[in-house]
Amino acid sequence: MNRSSMQQNKRLQRRHRADRRFKYYGMAAIAFALSFLAFFFVDIIGKALPAFEQAYIQVPINYNGEVKDNYNKAIPRSYRYLVSRSYLRSLPQKLEKYPELLGTTEQTWVLASYRVDQYIKGHKGHGLKSKYRPHVEEMLQNKKIELRFNKQFFTHGDSKMAETAGVLAAAIGSILTLLITMAVSVPIGVMTAIYLEEFAGDNRFTQAIEVNINNLAAIPSILYGLLGLAIFINIVGVPRSSALAGGLTLALMTLPVIIITTRAALRSIPDSIRDAAYGLGASNLQTVWHHVLPLAFPGILTGSIIGLAQAMGETAPLLIVGMMAYIPEAPSGIFDATTVLPAQIYTWSSESIRAFEERTAAGIIVLLTVLLSLNALAVWLRNRTQKTW
Amino acid sequence: MTSKNISIRDLKLWYKDSQALHGVDLEISHNKVTAFIGPSGCGKSTLLRCLNRMNDRIPNCRIEGDILLDGKNIYDTDIDVVQLRTRVGMVFQKPNPFPKTIYENIAYAPRIHGLVSDGAKMDELVEYSLTRAGLWNEVKDKLQEPGTALSGGQQQRLCIARTIAVKPEIILMDEPCSALDPIATAKIEELIDELKKEFTIIIVTHSMQQAARVSDNTAFFYMGKLIEFGETRDIFTKPSQKQTEDYITGRFG
Repeated sequence: MNRSSMQQNKRLQRRHRADRRFKYYGMAAIAFALSFLAFFFVDIIGKALPAFEQAYIQVPINYNGEVKDNYNKAIPRSYRYLVSRSYLRSLPQKLEKYPELLGTTEQTWVLASYRVDQYIKGHKGHGLKSKYRPHVEEMLQNKKIELRFNKQFFTHGDSKMAETAGVLAAAIGSILTLLITMAVSVPIGVMTAIYLEEFAGDNRFTQAIEVNINNLAAIPSILYGLLGLAIFINIVGVPRSSALAGGLTLALMTLPVIIITTRAALRSIPDSIRDAAYGLGASNLQTVWHHVLPLAFPGILTGSIIGLAQAMGETAPLLIVGMMAYIPEAPSGIFDATTVLPAQIYTWSSESIRAFEERTAAGIIVLLTVLLSLNALAVWLRNRTQKTW
Repeated sequence: MTSKNISIRDLKLWYKDSQALHGVDLEISHNKVTAFIGPSGCGKSTLLRCLNRMNDRIPNCRIEGDILLDGKNIYDTDIDVVQLRTRVGMVFQKPNPFPKTIYENIAYAPRIHGLVSDGAKMDELVEYSLTRAGLWNEVKDKLQEPGTALSGGQQQRLCIARTIAVKPEIILMDEPCSALDPIATAKIEELIDELKKEFTIIIVTHSMQQAARVSDNTAFFYMGKLIEFGETRDIFTKPSQKQTEDYITGRFG
């Protein structure tokens, strides 16, 4: 082997080493990112799982005459602090509805207070006074306290009492808000994109619009909240905190995303298809409607769903239009005050009571499940509707 | 009808600031095959696309001069482009069937122009068009299969069939064989020979042999100018211009 070929050989090995090194850097970066994701999921799921079970307690309830005026009298003092206040509060109404219960006593399973719940789950900061602890331990031994699946979490709205707080109101609020966002932003966004891409000429005016749309997509979302507040609430007079106000505000935020993804989908359709249609004498609208749109449809759909999923997870603009509030009742219409899932998560996370911590995590799980399902739907629809040619 | 049905008069064209055509004058005969030849960028495809106003779609494209179709300027404001394109059909360089069934590919244009209603009449027209394009026997059993599943040559004949279905007077072909193999090319050339009885055909080609084989008249372009135009026989045997001779003998271009 002569000198120059040895140098050649060394050079070659150096190049291969550089290749391998680069590959390892890439793998390390991915491993780093994945470890965070894994930590996030383990942490959230670990915290959330207990929230899907709730403590129930068997207590004697005595429907005596005093219950109407003081619901505390329905239950012996030793049990009084172990059951949920929301249950006790409902007793006078129950008695009014079923007067025949008056004077009877029954052993019944009721929702335990969040202190008992946290205590038997073994969380620190459960807040159960030490004088009640032996009693609770004993009841647990006698199977008078048990953990059941937390149905209430999905059938109730928010509550100041942690044991009855649920996501239903926020979930319905999110759905209503998202429906309004979809109804407003998808048609307007798609039409705008079609016009800009297929009909409008290339001049200074359309270029200015394009630059502005791209910039709008990058604007901090809280500014859309201010815009929504100024236009929809102050000028148009949409009720504050309503799904309508939130939905319209999110629609403003989602519009640029939908316009940009739709334009990209339209642009990815080769010009040869347009040539073919125009060459046969199809009009502009016929070309777009019959040939370009069916091919661009999967892309438009995916873009719209991703845009809407982003809107669903958005909190900042909704803060401004008053949706970050304590709203226990599910809205019955788009004008009712409501809150949304991310706002509910934020509200819970700032509660001081320990029992809300697991509810925060559970709320995150619900939101993540919805968002991941939306994304999966986008992928599935794209694969289903995609045509190859 | 006069025998000369397309006359191009002093046609100039600009893409933004660069001039692509410098005053072209040309008379194209009815029921003849006219070939446009010349090196890349000489303006032959540009001129072809002017004839059915496909250039309208290109932004910043400016045109001066007249193109008379049966004595009527196709750039007049009262000309409807949609109408014009049913009279002047076009076949493109790359086969571009719609990603729909073979049947739909043919039936689409007659349907949107209201020429034929769906049903037996349409079936007839589809069969006729495919037969004329020499494709019927190959596809008659799979009309409901996608047009894009055919081979390149078959796709191009499908595109020709699609153009015939509207019964245009003129068919423009922009290098229709450049993406095809020699056998598919031979079939298209045979087809052109057959179709010229009925249609006026203008074909842009990079292949001298193809121009010599299929065309009756040939126009040679260079740098946006028409250098020479005449019967194909004359152009290829005794060109009057030095540039033409150099090009067809392969000395440049």
